[in-house]
Amino acid sequence: MANKAYQRVYTRLEGITKATVSLRASGVSNDELAVVGGKLAQVVRTKGDLVTLQIFSGTEGIPSNAEVTFLGEPPVLKVSEQLSGRFFDAYGHPIDGGPEIEGEPRQIGGPSVNPYKRRQPSQLIPTGIAGIDLNNTLVSGQKIPFFADPDQPYNQVMADVALRADVDKIILGGMGLSNDDYLFFRHSFEAAGALDKIICFINTTENPPVERLLIPDMALTAAEYFAVDKNEKVLVLLTDMTLYADALSIVSNRMDQIPSKDSMPGSLYSDLAKIYEKAVQLPTDGSITIIAVTTLNDGDITHAIPDNTGYITEGQLFLRADTDTGKVIIDPFRSLSRLKQLVQNKKTREDHSQVMNASVRLYADAQNAKTKLENGFDLSDYDHRCLAYAKDYARELLAIDVNITITEMLDTAWKLFSRHFTPAETGIKQALIDKYWKN
Amino acid sequence: MKTTGIVTGIVSNLVTVAVDGPVAENEICFIDLAGVKMMAEVIKVNGRFASVQVFESTRGLRNGDKVEFEGRMLEATLGPGLLSSVYDGLQNDLTTMENVFLQRGEYTDPLNREKLWEFAPLAAPGDKVVAADWLGEVKEGWLPHKIMVPFSFKGEFTVKSVKPAGSYNVDTVIAVLENAEGEDVPVTMTQKWPVKVAIRGYREKPRPSRIMETGVRVIDTLNPIAEGGTGFIPGPFGCGKTVLQHAIAKQGDADVIVMAACGERANEVVEIFTEFPELIDPHTGRHLMERTTIICNTSNMPVAAREASVYTAMTICEYYRAMGLKCLLLADSTSRWAQALREMSNRMEELPGADAFPVDLSAIISNFYSRAGMVVLNNGQTGAVTFIGTVSPAGGNLKEPVTESTKKAARCFYALEQNRADQKRYPAVNPIDSYSKYLEYPEIIDYLDKTVEKGWVEKVLKAKNIIRRGKESMEQINILGDDGVPMSYHVVFWKSELVDFIILQQDGFDPVDSLCPMERQRYMLDLVLGICDREFNFPDYEVCRTFFKELINDLKQMNYSEFQGENFRKYQSNVSKLLEENGK
Repeated sequence: MANKAYQRVYTRLEGITKATVSLRASGVSNDELAVVGGKLAQVVRTKGDLVTLQIFSGTEGIPSNAEVTFLGEPPVLKVSEQLSGRFFDAYGHPIDGGPEIEGEPRQIGGPSVNPYKRRQPSQLIPTGIAGIDLNNTLVSGQKIPFFADPDQPYNQVMADVALRADVDKIILGGMGLSNDDYLFFRHSFEAAGALDKIICFINTTENPPVERLLIPDMALTAAEYFAVDKNEKVLVLLTDMTLYADALSIVSNRMDQIPSKDSMPGSLYSDLAKIYEKAVQLPTDGSITIIAVTTLNDGDITHAIPDNTGYITEGQLFLRADTDTGKVIIDPFRSLSRLKQLVQNKKTREDHSQVMNASVRLYADAQNAKTKLENGFDLSDYDHRCLAYAKDYARELLAIDVNITITEMLDTAWKLFSRHFTPAETGIKQALIDKYWKN
Repeated sequence: MKTTGIVTGIVSNLVTVAVDGPVAENEICFIDLAGVKMMAEVIKVNGRFASVQVFESTRGLRNGDKVEFEGRMLEATLGPGLLSSVYDGLQNDLTTMENVFLQRGEYTDPLNREKLWEFAPLAAPGDKVVAADWLGEVKEGWLPHKIMVPFSFKGEFTVKSVKPAGSYNVDTVIAVLENAEGEDVPVTMTQKWPVKVAIRGYREKPRPSRIMETGVRVIDTLNPIAEGGTGFIPGPFGCGKTVLQHAIAKQGDADVIVMAACGERANEVVEIFTEFPELIDPHTGRHLMERTTIICNTSNMPVAAREASVYTAMTICEYYRAMGLKCLLLADSTSRWAQALREMSNRMEELPGADAFPVDLSAIISNFYSRAGMVVLNNGQTGAVTFIGTVSPAGGNLKEPVTESTKKAARCFYALEQNRADQKRYPAVNPIDSYSKYLEYPEIIDYLDKTVEKGWVEKVLKAKNIIRRGKESMEQINILGDDGVPMSYHVVFWKSELVDFIILQQDGFDPVDSLCPMERQRYMLDLVLGICDREFNFPDYEVCRTFFKELINDLKQMNYSEFQGENFRKYQSNVSKLLEENGK
């Protein structure tokens, strides 16, 4: 970003913190970008002629006589078909050695869709993973995070989901990705031969944390270009939103704002909602679906980040290790897709919702039996059968390494029912039992 | 001369303005950003500086930009055509906006100015009238929409002329009044009112004395809400807050329903747009949308307008109340509104209260809840605004400032519980923690005695007690094991399960069970309490469990069957048979 010749250069900073600098300047507009000692910065506060700038890459090495020039506009992304297949940093600069993008510059973090212009989401997104398709069916235009402890393979699951989903574009926003995970995504996309429909905005752990704040807006500006202008089905992957929220708290802390719960800024809900609510089904066929990752601290969903997320998103997918089978499963109790009833039995087979409810209810019975066992009470015959069923159910359906069609999932569930239970014990409607029960 | 000013400071949507004249708290101003006029509201004045919250994104705003003050507060436009509209928090009509994206500074008219309404006069020349008195009436859908003397008129007026019956648009002068000074004052079908000020214009606000039916058993039977009453629904995410609110919106016995989607998911509002026009109001047989106004300020829309949205919604309710109608206001969720207050207070660097909320949070909430209520109008008729808000407590923990402040203000408390939601016991209202203060009102006890049956409240309290005792028994059984407790513990526990499954739980998606009229609620509670009064003998707990499970299944089928229909009676005879067999 070259300085314009006539622009005024300031050379006296009044204050420097870890993430912000302040100086006296005039004619500055809110949210506009500036360059401070060669680093990119954004205006976050003006008070009289005192301007506070947030330095994305941190203030290390910035002297109090650093040169400051204002660029006159907020961050933009150049959008065009050329974005496809490319890898960018948080500022939208290529990091794959390719040329800069030519296209129309768009301000990132733009306005919201008029709610009245939205349509009710109704298109199924199959993923092959039964823990998702069978129990928590995804719908285009939905926004849903994986809740996972840091040791869970959430990035792998997300890559699988993205590559199997029938969408026109996949846009990855990586925040605080380890370099290994970044290369993993890159290799999986290459290996799947899907590079032409992938666009990545990457901030790794090697990059400064505050830069992350640009990633979701960059990814979603690109997504809106393809969904709104090109009527495409776009899937946006955001990982890891917990690290994004941490960056928010760093900035608000440096600006002396009073923290609310868990030292997060008081505006956390609005900040996250602004991102997630970009998910939309448009009246044209275009849509933006957001799948995110929120890492948890030891499964604690009451922490401000997962808690606020849960109030915003349309459900959550909870990853955990199953001790019975040693596999990673999608927890049927703590996971939820709020939009599933918009497609179940409508876009899938008629028995879908009944099979789902029965399989989860029986799995819950198995959990009760397990508690009884742990407390030293005697188990009934039914309890024993439930426990056996739970093992099969976890292995053949809940595990994330399952990759089958929804019809196969339903057939598998019927097979497990008949292996362990009588028709009456499943509590499924008689008409469906007559049609699908496997003898 | 209007006061003007220039921008001198910007933090997110809080802007400081140096002013050249007088400004009022809550006064509206417009900030000129390169030709786009952005609406803002004064929230603090300090010397010649005013702090204003901007209802739009302040991106690109500069110090030195011009501001014009309007000399009025944020107002709602009131008149025929409010019903079945979809507004944002500032009452812009969202349906008439053309762009897919909301444009900054795009404000649309809340009312259709061309539409003709069938007007009929109610007042005659020579009548003495005051603010809120009825001058005429138009049919808004099936509702008689009264055209009133504007609420802002002070003193007594004499009606000079009234338009004869006919079709007019909202801007037509339908009456001319003469004030005390002998001047003519024209009145049209519309008027404006500042949303943060309660509409008065009624004779008195008595204690509520009737129940508002919702068809939801856990509300109507266990913890009824009064017409003109207040209630709130706190609960963690995923517990069915929205489903319960939508059920109340669909079934609530009210003439007018205003839903304020305040800082929640846009797709939930889309669900209302999509479903409500199809649904039929069970009380009138008309389309639900005809009696519904939606105020929609979803979580990604400007934060300051979130606060405005609940006030706009309340003002519309109060307006219809003044016509002698029963209004229900549902706000989802009031926590988001409180968070908007917190964001502003934080930016103004005020000393914070608990969890960084402003210290006057409690006062603001109770002030808002106090605008609900039943009123006796000047002409002796009554109208009511019933208010139910949801609260989204952080981490599902009810010991947080918004829940605690709301608890002080609202009279009904419907605590949604994670545990019950996990067990799919919907609606997941905790039967022990929840309460309705109206059950203690002598007027309400008397009303229930007359309209439901004599001694009804005692029965309700008895049902609650059964639940409480069942919970104690269950805890003992869990500690000591099935064999470790006397048989009576099992019976007490299963009696509470009976009340739980048949009275508390209700299938919101079943066409029959979702709407349970009061007469049916009475029948089922009497039936269930009758069973709970019986003594049972069981050889062991397995027999006891099987017996009650069968009993519950038959009673549940009754809930799913048409009231007093063939199936209903068949399952009831099964119930009697089961009871007889055990009696032997």
